[in-house]
Amino acid sequence: MSVLLDVQELQTRFQVRKGYVYAVNGISFTLEEGETLAVVGESGCGKSVTMLSLVRLLPPAASIENGKVLLRGEDLLELNLRQLRDVRGGEVGMIFQDPMTSLNPFINIGTQMAEPLVYHRGMSKSDALARSAELLEMVGIPDGEARLREYPHQFSGGMRQRVMIAMSMSCEPAVLIADEPTTALDVTIQAQIVDLVKELRDRSGVAVIWITHDLSVVAGIADRVIVMYAGYIVEEAPVDALFEDPRHPYTVGLMGALPSLTGETGTRLTTIGGSPPDLIELPDFCPFHPRCPYAIDRCRKENPMLEPVAEASDRGHRAACWVDIRDVSVSSEAGVAAD
Amino acid sequence: MSQTESSNGVPLVRVENLSKHFSVRIGAYGETRATVHALDDVSFNVQRGETLGLVGESGCGKSTAGLTLLQLHRPTSGKVFFEEQEVTGLSEKEMRPLRRRMQIIFQDPYSTLSPRMTIGNAIGEPLWLHELATGQDAQERIAKLLDDVGLNPAFAFRYPHEFSGGQRQRVCIARALACEPEFIVCDEPISALDVSIQAQIINLLQDLQEEYNLTYLFIAHDLAVVRHISDRVAVMYLGRVVEMAPKERLFENPLHPYTNALLLSVPVPNPRLERQREHTVISGNVPSAINPPSGCRFHPRCPLAFEPCDHVVPEWREVEAGHWVACHAV
Repeated sequence: MSVLLDVQELQTRFQVRKGYVYAVNGISFTLEEGETLAVVGESGCGKSVTMLSLVRLLPPAASIENGKVLLRGEDLLELNLRQLRDVRGGEVGMIFQDPMTSLNPFINIGTQMAEPLVYHRGMSKSDALARSAELLEMVGIPDGEARLREYPHQFSGGMRQRVMIAMSMSCEPAVLIADEPTTALDVTIQAQIVDLVKELRDRSGVAVIWITHDLSVVAGIADRVIVMYAGYIVEEAPVDALFEDPRHPYTVGLMGALPSLTGETGTRLTTIGGSPPDLIELPDFCPFHPRCPYAIDRCRKENPMLEPVAEASDRGHRAACWVDIRDVSVSSEAGVAAD
Repeated sequence: MSQTESSNGVPLVRVENLSKHFSVRIGAYGETRATVHALDDVSFNVQRGETLGLVGESGCGKSTAGLTLLQLHRPTSGKVFFEEQEVTGLSEKEMRPLRRRMQIIFQDPYSTLSPRMTIGNAIGEPLWLHELATGQDAQERIAKLLDDVGLNPAFAFRYPHEFSGGQRQRVCIARALACEPEFIVCDEPISALDVSIQAQIINLLQDLQEEYNLTYLFIAHDLAVVRHISDRVAVMYLGRVVEMAPKERLFENPLHPYTNALLLSVPVPNPRLERQREHTVISGNVPSAINPPSGCRFHPRCPLAFEPCDHVVPEWREVEAGHWVACHAV
């Protein structure tokens, strides 16, 4: 497989009254053709800002300070707005968390769906509408032609998300960025949407970046996973290696905090004490150390780089941690208490 | 909180055929009246010291059940008993002494705390209202409560905006505990929190239950969380309870096709398993509670539906000891 998207040293910060909030701090990753990459992390870890930076859909207070986003060798950060518009919705499709706010309530579904086809593909309006009807059927909305005349409020949450997916896939993008696409949905609808994206992916070969806070969803859909914390990638691994042999204390903590549907129930959940840092200055220490049960002196003085882990089952398994956590045992509820 | 211990003796809370309908206006100009069947004919008991989990998707009426049970909504019909005393039909004044004993924790710790009140005052308010403590005594109780929920007692003079979501939820829990309740309705207390913080709050709720012998009605949509914290679990669909059983039984041997579908839909955090696993997903969406389907409300989406399902409401019956289900096909 060849590299489709190559992100290098991406850094994005927000201007606030007192200075800056450092949301994304020099992260690098690649996405291969046809691959599904999951980006996991809690609120405020920078996962959404990273993805919005790729296509420069950031709010005015944010600025990309550094980095390259190479899509098939072309740097998206160097494009002018006109060129960028050809990429957004063309080469790069996007689905957002809340399907209500990402559709325009005043315009019927057909007009909204036809727009990218007319713009990117140069189709006539009537051809675009016919294609939109096919797309609706493809994402499991029966009677597509009639539903094109309906408005977003006439669709349920899950159906709106299907419309968004149809729209983002309409111009056959090379990359589909899905930002928490199932978070606002119920679990039975979530399962439907996950299955739909998998099916479309397998049929079209689109590469997917799936952003989520839910590790369980990741298990079923991703080839590779990136775990983010405080604007840094703290661990990166193929999905099996990540779940079977997590190497960063934060990843381990996240997994321990998940209650399960099988197995023992009398046990206590392991917790990560404290809460994530606010990123008003760039740390010169490991940003996770105040909550980390494994922290040593070095963690307070130097911020670790993302490096290949020792004795990895896969070469692509990297973590940013000074400690080899396999050598250390800690009690399950170590770390600082919530103060 | 074993099942044998709780199955005899008087339940702390008994709910009998509870219904709640809301009258709404629909249509572009609100010209049509309609009734939302938020809760229909729901019956269950909660034993002292146990946790009853109440799960279902959005709009299934699980929160309405909690609020109606506490008389925060007036029920349309049905009865609620708290330790053999009927609470339905009591006036607000008659209700007040009981309110001290039944408390609630809400989902969103951002909107449930007044931004203009220090958290010490927020926690102290129930003490003063119920005349449980004053002056120095109250201050000591507040400090103890903060300590109980894992917060520094010196925080009493701070305001909610100084705290994170998880810490605010701890404040809400301290406030619910202030008047020493026996029964707490936890209405999605962790849904607004991040995973690592969720685990902290779940552990805290379990520790407090042990320490103060609390009884919980734990409302949530996350099945794994409900399985973790509950002794028994009730599953709701479109205003009705469709199945209720001790949790081991419900998760290992679900009888109702909806419970089964719900369990299959939950992703498992194990990639090898997840790739092979079949997600026999139920198709379609939850119908509107304004015109719920006749007969069994699940029949339009049910893979097992047959002749009587679309016109006969299935009976709520006990198929094994403690395992209740409402389905014609079982």
